[in-house]
Amino acid sequence: MIDRKMWLVLGLALVASGPAFAQGTPAERFITVSSTTSTTDSGLFTHLLPLFKAKTGIEVRVVSQGTGQALDTGRRGDADVVFVHARAQELKFVEEGFGVERKPVMYNDFVLIGPKADPAGIKGGKDIVTALKAVQAKGSLFISRGDKSGTHSAELNLWKAAEIDIEKVKGPWYREIGQGMGAALNMASAQNGYVLSDRATWLNFRNRGDLDIVVEGDRRLFNQYGVMLVNPAKHSHVKKAEGQAFIDWLVSPEGQKAISDYKIGGASLFFPNATQPGA
Amino acid sequence: MDALGAMQAAIRLMVTFDPQFLQIVGLSLRVTLTAVLVAAIIGLPLGAWLALARFPGRTALIVVINGLMGLPPVVAGLVVFLFLSRSGPLGPLGLLFTPTAMIIAQTILVLPIVIALTRGTLEELWQEYREHLTSLGLTGWRAVPTLLWDGRFALATGLLAGFGRASAEVGAVLIVGGNIANYTRTMTTTIALETSKGDLPLALGLGLVLMALTLAINAAGYAASRIGTRFAG
Repeated sequence: MIDRKMWLVLGLALVASGPAFAQGTPAERFITVSSTTSTTDSGLFTHLLPLFKAKTGIEVRVVSQGTGQALDTGRRGDADVVFVHARAQELKFVEEGFGVERKPVMYNDFVLIGPKADPAGIKGGKDIVTALKAVQAKGSLFISRGDKSGTHSAELNLWKAAEIDIEKVKGPWYREIGQGMGAALNMASAQNGYVLSDRATWLNFRNRGDLDIVVEGDRRLFNQYGVMLVNPAKHSHVKKAEGQAFIDWLVSPEGQKAISDYKIGGASLFFPNATQPGA
Repeated sequence: MDALGAMQAAIRLMVTFDPQFLQIVGLSLRVTLTAVLVAAIIGLPLGAWLALARFPGRTALIVVINGLMGLPPVVAGLVVFLFLSRSGPLGPLGLLFTPTAMIIAQTILVLPIVIALTRGTLEELWQEYREHLTSLGLTGWRAVPTLLWDGRFALATGLLAGFGRASAEVGAVLIVGGNIANYTRTMTTTIALETSKGDLPLALGLGLVLMALTLAINAAGYAASRIGTRFAG
């Protein structure tokens, strides 16, 4: 008697959980895109993807990671398309045969965020290199992503441009946190430090505390995004047609307009430039 | 300030029945409950076997399984990730970044708890009722259903503990699920995401909802076992 009752219970539980094993969206066309936290956290994808799906019926599943990790996801074949912002790393990705072709899509810009009290005395400046030199000279608290993301490599390039060997001079004032943009902003907000952020994430960030933009507008702060199809020759399961359709749409006049149409408080966050040579 | 904002956010989430929010809650429950169920189906017999069987290395195996109760979710996630990645041994299945991958990772987290608690409970019961059961002709495997039934309350508590571990973790589901909007985004990964966006009241509000859900499920489990007792007499 007892075991029969138990089997009954077990059987019922199995039947009840049956739907749990079924896939969420059966028989739908989808691609997986590995991209950066900035494109997701800024809300850009929430704006773009429904437009693309309405046109093509293809669902885009975005995994957002730092640029380094997003490229790795592509290398492993766990994504069909990689959409990131670190030109040198992207070209290397294509050169190694993991990506088919890199296409420029859009740019946004980085801004240097810092406490309103401005201990390094750099607020309102237009020259990022001068600003970073002052931060280092005064030993003001600086939060670095330290996660091989596109923003992290942009930050390292800027130290280089300032002729500062950050590996040598870094001390307790320079904190590498190994986390995403939001975490870095949260830490800067909690400890009143300086931090390099992409503008889109900053505009969407709610926990600002005493932080504000201290340096913006330097050409060296421009941040180019590129998109690549993961090479089907390396990973045969890559959804070539659907992935290419997404890329083609992004760089088409229609996709480019959709990008510039995405605004917060009346201001565009990303500036399409697919047709600009050398971008 | 923040606590008030969190309460407001939690209440707003619960009363507006935002479809996206409901989808996130639904996925969280689906993944975690399935993981607990699978862990129960595998873990109860395994735990029973471990309680009754005697073989060389048994003590070592028990110690290892007890130790695995403390397996860090992020490690479980990483191992599952490496197996399911297209470059891993199970890559051709294409399971990475799907709810199924999340269920697998959470099952691995819950399984040691179920095995260890089943083993402990049944071993105790077996020692207590061994003579009685043997006199009824129930020896070895034939005693297992009776033992499981007699230990059902302790076992239910074990399953609830497993549910607690799975529903609370973020490390494993984040790595193997990828936190994809409308597809693999759960309560805990949403909380992590909203925290990174600096929307701390919303993150905390989601946390309150998650705790309320966990409480409700524990209460339901408790009530079910009480009703079960009454009917079983």
